[in-house]
Amino acid sequence: MIAFLRAARLDVQESLRARWFLFYALVFGGIVVGLFVFGLTESRILGFTGLSRLLVTYIQLCVAILPIFVLITTVRSVAGDREAGVFEYMLSLPVPLSAWYWGRMTGRFTVVFLPVFAAMAAAAAYAEFRQIGVAWDLFAVYTLLLVSLAWAFLGFGMLISVLARSSDVAQTGAFLLWLVLLLFLDLVLLGVLVREQMPLELVVGLALLNPLQSFRTAAILLFDPQMVVLGPAAYVILDSLGAKGYLAFALAWPVLLGTGAAALGYRLFRRGDLP
Amino acid sequence: MIRFQDVAKTFRRTAVLERVSLDILKGDRIALVGSNGAGKTTLIRCLLGEYVHEGRVWVDGLEPRRARREVLARVGFVPQIPPPLKMPVGELVGFAASVCGSDPARMVAVMAELGLDYDRIRRLPFVKLSGGMKQKTLIGVALGRPSDILIMDEPAANLDPEARHIFFRLLAARKDDGIMLITSHRLDEVAALVNRVVEMDMGRVVLDDRVADTVDMASRMACRVTLVRPDEAFARTIADWGFEGGGTHWRGPVNGPDRLRFFAMLSRYTGLIAGLEMAEGKREGNPCATEKV
Repeated sequence: MIAFLRAARLDVQESLRARWFLFYALVFGGIVVGLFVFGLTESRILGFTGLSRLLVTYIQLCVAILPIFVLITTVRSVAGDREAGVFEYMLSLPVPLSAWYWGRMTGRFTVVFLPVFAAMAAAAAYAEFRQIGVAWDLFAVYTLLLVSLAWAFLGFGMLISVLARSSDVAQTGAFLLWLVLLLFLDLVLLGVLVREQMPLELVVGLALLNPLQSFRTAAILLFDPQMVVLGPAAYVILDSLGAKGYLAFALAWPVLLGTGAAALGYRLFRRGDLP
Repeated sequence: MIRFQDVAKTFRRTAVLERVSLDILKGDRIALVGSNGAGKTTLIRCLLGEYVHEGRVWVDGLEPRRARREVLARVGFVPQIPPPLKMPVGELVGFAASVCGSDPARMVAVMAELGLDYDRIRRLPFVKLSGGMKQKTLIGVALGRPSDILIMDEPAANLDPEARHIFFRLLAARKDDGIMLITSHRLDEVAALVNRVVEMDMGRVVLDDRVADTVDMASRMACRVTLVRPDEAFARTIADWGFEGGGTHWRGPVNGPDRLRFFAMLSRYTGLIAGLEMAEGKREGNPCATEKV
């Protein structure tokens, strides 16, 4: 347990020293500040009446930015250390591989999630300060959704990081995965499936296997319980799972995916050459 | 105590180790020598459980790959190339001490003995230190923890003469406690530290021999060198050895285990040497030892 905590701490401290973290924190902090500035400017007539719209916009921006940030910074973790020759020395110390791997992942999760959460929490705190009601239940679900999304891509990142023998290859792999999940599963694959007149349930089911899509859909559900913007897909989702059922799925599925990917990465890491 | 049995390792169809078998017993101080690509580092990484390989490696019946923690808890390791760690030195020492169950103060004490001002460097990123400072830090971590197997890859390469002397003395203090495995490209670098030489070539052990174990690792020779004429290149070289003087007369200490290296250096200036005088000086911890000329 000590080795696990030390490995996690090591990763946290390393990340806090890195420039990417500063940039990363600034991006998410900047988004919230930007949303406040524009939100307040554009609501002069009605005034700033609540946090819901800001949170929804923030979440939608997160879905575009968070995964690629998490992937790019995580894939450098194992592949970068291996490439730089850090493993030869650090893994000659009596650290169990499990403690090293999962400790690093936990540390990385802490640093990738905290700025995202802190920005959102700062927005909520501001709303409280202005005595504008904060829907804390909504805030909690958004937080859990972000945890779930960050964990999924962290797991993918760890897996790619173990598979790639250099950080260049790892970064390319990470970018391709993000592109595939962002574009292909949403647009290309679904377009093909619809044109081939596949059952709607299959099309929607496949789409929701994509953690980006399941997250995005859950975010829409929280803002628009009927999910009108999704059209017929909304019926399939709500008829099959119901609103609460779908939310549970959207929270659990990415966590399962991320854990599975990370576990596979660990298995490969343990079985292969370390340096 | 350590057994390599038919250990083979291949990287992309290139055999780096070919069925290496070797038994290492307590008290063995081995110079693992060989040219680049001979397989020394790969063999060490197999011993550290870092590589998947054919054959078996045991440390007191435990396989490093399966019982990492138990085996590595006994191993002090100094790599040839210091890792490019961005963490501050203090963090590295804290981490190493924590996972090794050791007292960081012991590691710091070894560093101080080697002449490293820990308080000055503890907040500096390890990667920003000079080569010698990195080496001293890693030696401090390796020797400042409880370990009976020392694995050192060119450990004294970046050390100044004074630090080398202290380093040899630290090794001398624990030479009978366990196993030392010191790799080097050149035997003269490590000859005096060891009692056994294993030479590797093209992934095979081509020589495994005992060597006379008479050199006192903590001894120091008082040396005078006289030249036929002053020479600028010689002056630079001998100053690096910590010698003082100038022109045609130089004097300074030579660590006992460094004698062979010193003679090898002098051999480059044979035509310049008019006289050489060497005497065994006072031994550390034995001030009554007599000098002999």
